Amino acid sequence: MTSKPVFMSFSKGDIINLIVMMGIGLAVIPLVVQSDYWYSSILIPWLCLSLAAVGQQIVMGYAGQLALGAAGFMAAGAFALFNLELRLPYIPFPVNLMLSGLVAAAFGVLFGLPSLRVRGIYLMVATLASQFFIIWMIDKFGWFKNYDTSGIITAQDIVIFGKPFTSPLEMYLVVLVVVTVLTILAINMTRGSPGRNWMAVRDMDIAAESMGISLLRTKLQAFAISAFFCGVAGALFAFTYLKSMEPVAFDIKLSFRILFMVILGGLGTISGAFIGAAFILLFPVVLNTLGNEVFHGMVDATIISSIELVVFGVLIIVFMIYEPLGMAKLWENLTQKFRVSSAPKTKAQLGRKQET
Amino acid sequence: MTEILFFIEVVVAGLLAGTMYSLVALGFVLIYKASSTFNFAQGAMVFFAVLSFVGFMELGLPFVLAFFVTILLMGVVGFFTERLVLQPLMNESEDTVLMATIGLGFVLEGLAQAAWGVEVRRLDLGIGDFPIPWIIESTGLFISALDLTAGLVAATMIIGLALLFKYTKMGLGLRAVADDPGAASSIGIPLPSIMLMVWTAAGVVALVAGMMWGARAGVQFALVDLALKALPVLIIGGFSSIPGAIVGGLIIGASEKVLEVYVGPFFGGGIEVWAPFVLAIFFLLWRPEGLFGEKIIRRV
Repeated sequence: MTSKPVFMSFSKGDIINLIVMMGIGLAVIPLVVQSDYWYSSILIPWLCLSLAAVGQQIVMGYAGQLALGAAGFMAAGAFALFNLELRLPYIPFPVNLMLSGLVAAAFGVLFGLPSLRVRGIYLMVATLASQFFIIWMIDKFGWFKNYDTSGIITAQDIVIFGKPFTSPLEMYLVVLVVVTVLTILAINMTRGSPGRNWMAVRDMDIAAESMGISLLRTKLQAFAISAFFCGVAGALFAFTYLKSMEPVAFDIKLSFRILFMVILGGLGTISGAFIGAAFILLFPVVLNTLGNEVFHGMVDATIISSIELVVFGVLIIVFMIYEPLGMAKLWENLTQKFRVSSAPKTKAQLGRKQET
Repeated sequence: MTEILFFIEVVVAGLLAGTMYSLVALGFVLIYKASSTFNFAQGAMVFFAVLSFVGFMELGLPFVLAFFVTILLMGVVGFFTERLVLQPLMNESEDTVLMATIGLGFVLEGLAQAAWGVEVRRLDLGIGDFPIPWIIESTGLFISALDLTAGLVAATMIIGLALLFKYTKMGLGLRAVADDPGAASSIGIPLPSIMLMVWTAAGVVALVAGMMWGARAGVQFALVDLALKALPVLIIGGFSSIPGAIVGGLIIGASEKVLEVYVGPFFGGGIEVWAPFVLAIFFLLWRPEGLFGEKIIRRV
């Protein structure tokens, strides 16, 4: 079977969604939100981590490969962009950003190779190798960090066609545009033939193979695209949020956080990645504020971070038992209820009425 | 001659350090054998158990009492895990259960920290992490007393578990459950109590592993990350084999040390962070079921 990428036609609802979201993102938020805190501490990391979660979603939610190394690929993307900007400054920033995604994708293919032989926890261990190896590599070879003695590098300013984007609002807009474009691309792929192939492999690989889907191609494609998204996300994360970074910023803990975003948000949905990222990012903030406002700092900060771990863990167990499709599914159920009560005239329902 | 001695020293130190990985892997295997569950929380259980143990000691309990109270606590953890996590997920796919145990791991880490705090504890077992004089005198090898103790403890535990499985009624029931849970429960083997026993046993193994690690590196959160190294051990040894966990641990321990000492300097050191995982990948390509694992044939 030739897996020609089909450009899916988007429904009216999708286009309305997109216009509304872009309206909110590009017009309402910049007009309403004035404080830099919101841009640099909430919106920018949320968008960046959502993009990484989309990458994790592709390999785990769609292709069904239990990978645990998103942060490694993010580090690859971040340090690739740093080096590209450093050594090839005449290449425009957007091109460099995409190139750094491609560097991460190359790692994705390399460490995706074991997926051809193994799955489940075996694959998880194999992908952990990528996590540890990439971080170690960047840490040990000074070249990646331009021989900075402190080991901490400072990201260059983002300059697009001569215009610097340095204020939180400007950086937010850059991130928003990149994330939007890539998310539309991701939705497109998941609805098109690559996504169909991924899901076929996820649901039963042997059956998929007997239908002519090449496992080699499909799995490596999923790993490559996933790593590309993580790489771009990592580069944006480093350049707009962290600004100065060391490889440790992308350790295994970040990989787990991205894994949680996908599991809690909902496996196999792009929107789940965004919902999950928002939850994982905002919940600690809410908990901290609660600790400060309600208990006036009487509760120790370490207790609060422990509670955070417990809540995340409990939620994962609860979702696995009661709603494996996560928060995205909960949201869908909720909106579905309203839709049915207000406008029950979907095509299927009309057809059923005619039959009777 | 000294070079050969040094090599032997490196290998022996690696082998003994490997038994520590084996101890963590052992808990993993116990649970996998009994319920085909990949218990990702085993690392967290190590942390939880040893932190509780140290916590009880700080409360003034004597060593032995603290040890048994912790075992009791691990039994309670096992009970609730079985009731609240595993039973509801009984017929779910392996990946779903695995993700749930990742959640369980975070719950245990969070609970341990909330109860006992985050500071690094020292655990003094009365066994020093220094070379034993009489071994130096007789053979010229520098071997840490702690390493040697860990090796002996691991050996004792394995023999104990093997005897338990082989000669007790509980063990027979356990093997039946491992073979076919449905058939076992239909002939009246109480599945929940078998599971409770297995999780408690895994808890004991976790506690012992945690005590060994804690005595060396301090009782701290990093134990959870160290326990991740048990995963390549399992891949090399096979998930369902107790001898596999031991041999896998020894292979990982020895090869990690040898690689670090002889290959590491060419890359600026620190390769033991990832070397076990890469080794595991090559093993997967060659023998996916592990050295002692059963070959799984999947059918459509």
